[in-house]
Amino acid sequence: MSGSPGKRIVAGVPSLWLLVLFAIPFLIVLKISFSEVRLAMPPYSPLLENGRLQPHLSNYAFLFTDPLYVRSLLYSLKVAAVSTLLCILIGYPMAYAIARSGATARNALLMMIVLPFWTSFLLRVYAWMGLLKNDGVVNNVLMYLGLIHRPLVLLNTDFAVYIGIVYSYLPFMILPLYANLEKHDVTLLEAAADLGAHPFAVFRRITLPLSLPGIAAGSLLVFIPAVGEYIIPSLLGRSDQLMIGRVLSDEFFENRDWPVASAVAILMLLLLVVPIMLLQRVERRTLEAAK
Amino acid sequence: MRSPGIVPRTALVCGLIFLYVPILSLIVFSFNNSRLVTVWDAARSPTLRWYGELLANAQILGAAGLSIQIAAISACGAVVLGTLAGVTLARFGQFRGRTLLLGMTTAPLVMPEVITGLSLLLLFVALEQVIGWPRGRGMLTITLAHVTFSMAYVTVVVQSRLAGFDESLEEAAMDLGARPLKVFLRITLPLIAPALLSGWLLAFTLSWDDLVISQFVAGPGSSTLPMVIFSKVRLGVSPDVNALATLMVLLVSTGIAVASVWMRFQSRRRARDLQLAAAANV
Repeated sequence: MSGSPGKRIVAGVPSLWLLVLFAIPFLIVLKISFSEVRLAMPPYSPLLENGRLQPHLSNYAFLFTDPLYVRSLLYSLKVAAVSTLLCILIGYPMAYAIARSGATARNALLMMIVLPFWTSFLLRVYAWMGLLKNDGVVNNVLMYLGLIHRPLVLLNTDFAVYIGIVYSYLPFMILPLYANLEKHDVTLLEAAADLGAHPFAVFRRITLPLSLPGIAAGSLLVFIPAVGEYIIPSLLGRSDQLMIGRVLSDEFFENRDWPVASAVAILMLLLLVVPIMLLQRVERRTLEAAK
Repeated sequence: MRSPGIVPRTALVCGLIFLYVPILSLIVFSFNNSRLVTVWDAARSPTLRWYGELLANAQILGAAGLSIQIAAISACGAVVLGTLAGVTLARFGQFRGRTLLLGMTTAPLVMPEVITGLSLLLLFVALEQVIGWPRGRGMLTITLAHVTFSMAYVTVVVQSRLAGFDESLEEAAMDLGARPLKVFLRITLPLIAPALLSGWLLAFTLSWDDLVISQFVAGPGSSTLPMVIFSKVRLGVSPDVNALATLMVLLVSTGIAVASVWMRFQSRRRARDLQLAAAANV
């Protein structure tokens, strides 16, 4: 960048804003994760006491000794992984069908995929409470059809959480997949078909490998937020097994233990965000190298 | 163009049903005259009873008013900052700090909300301790938080719009002696105007919809609409929430219909202008 003052302002203002309100807050979280809980406001010990640095590792030790945290972290990873897989299985054929439709239909279909996203996330999750509860719509329909004789327990189960996450995040899987599939060279597929390849073989040998970047992009957009998901498990999930986002929020609001809540946040960041960002960088490097 | 096979097409139809059935059920049961919500009372329904109760609920109306204000202000802030960041990333080439800015504008897109919320709250608490501002938490802190996470989305929208056309127009104006600010106002800004509009709408929706981050940075007496809804539906389904949802779906679909008609009109006008210009050159 040339150092003209105008350009410096254009680049500087948003950078400064994000530095103060996005980057520095993580340093504060990191700092508080090393302090002790205190009965004061704010409820934690200062890191610098009497001019000496006093880091407490007790919060991290606590996370690994109390099985609650590790268990809810593993549970969150499992829920997010299953939901991401379901999003791929449901979203892939949908994205494929949209990418192979005519131009007018394609725009209308994309609009239909995105439209629910513009209505409230919270209310869409709430809608599933009405569908899944014991005297809810799903049970009523199944009983009316005579398929079941007493209501199934659907709400407050893992199943309900999977449905909620897949329902809310499906557009985030479909859109990157569509963007990828739409760019494929159709003549490649036709050539393979002309040479006698079975449609499934064409898909497995050409379309699927070419669409892996789309699958990866969609999976990132679904998996990471799903691990930290708070609303969906609160409204649809089990009460005996919390997800890690709920644990963090309870630690903060119910127990008022800011240091442990901060340690949970740092742990989530290290486990999730950092490896994935590194992975993305490696991917980008290899892409650039391939060019 | 190869037509999609039978399997993807069936999946698409089923998927769309999956996406729309919950919303339709919200709408249908908002007219149900029964506290049980999901058991249709055919004798006394449909009714507008829940809409009446909704409009008489001062708490919900107050929260909706606060949410609209926060969403409108933070969307404007996000568009300004997001445009600056988008222009920087798309037009300034490589410079020191570009990677950092790129990272800070993409990380919020995937960051779990509980982490963003916690870190912002701890920032506000620390700021208040050190410089005495912001005093307490409420509308101001919620707005600042919303600007921060929604500007990342605006940046992506603006950046990809700028990447969509080349710099030759801007360079031509520069060569003809226009100052950078004038080039931006007369050429770049009109070109990215549709992106600004969709970025504003996106930021508004994200703010209007946000629950988790608001819960962290809100103070006593500053409950946004999602916070009020959440505390209500945690206790179970509630018919006036269905009425509220129906009104919001109606509003959003009208808004999107209007916006898409307007955009189609704009692009048609642009195409006609281009034709006229081409004809004049012959």
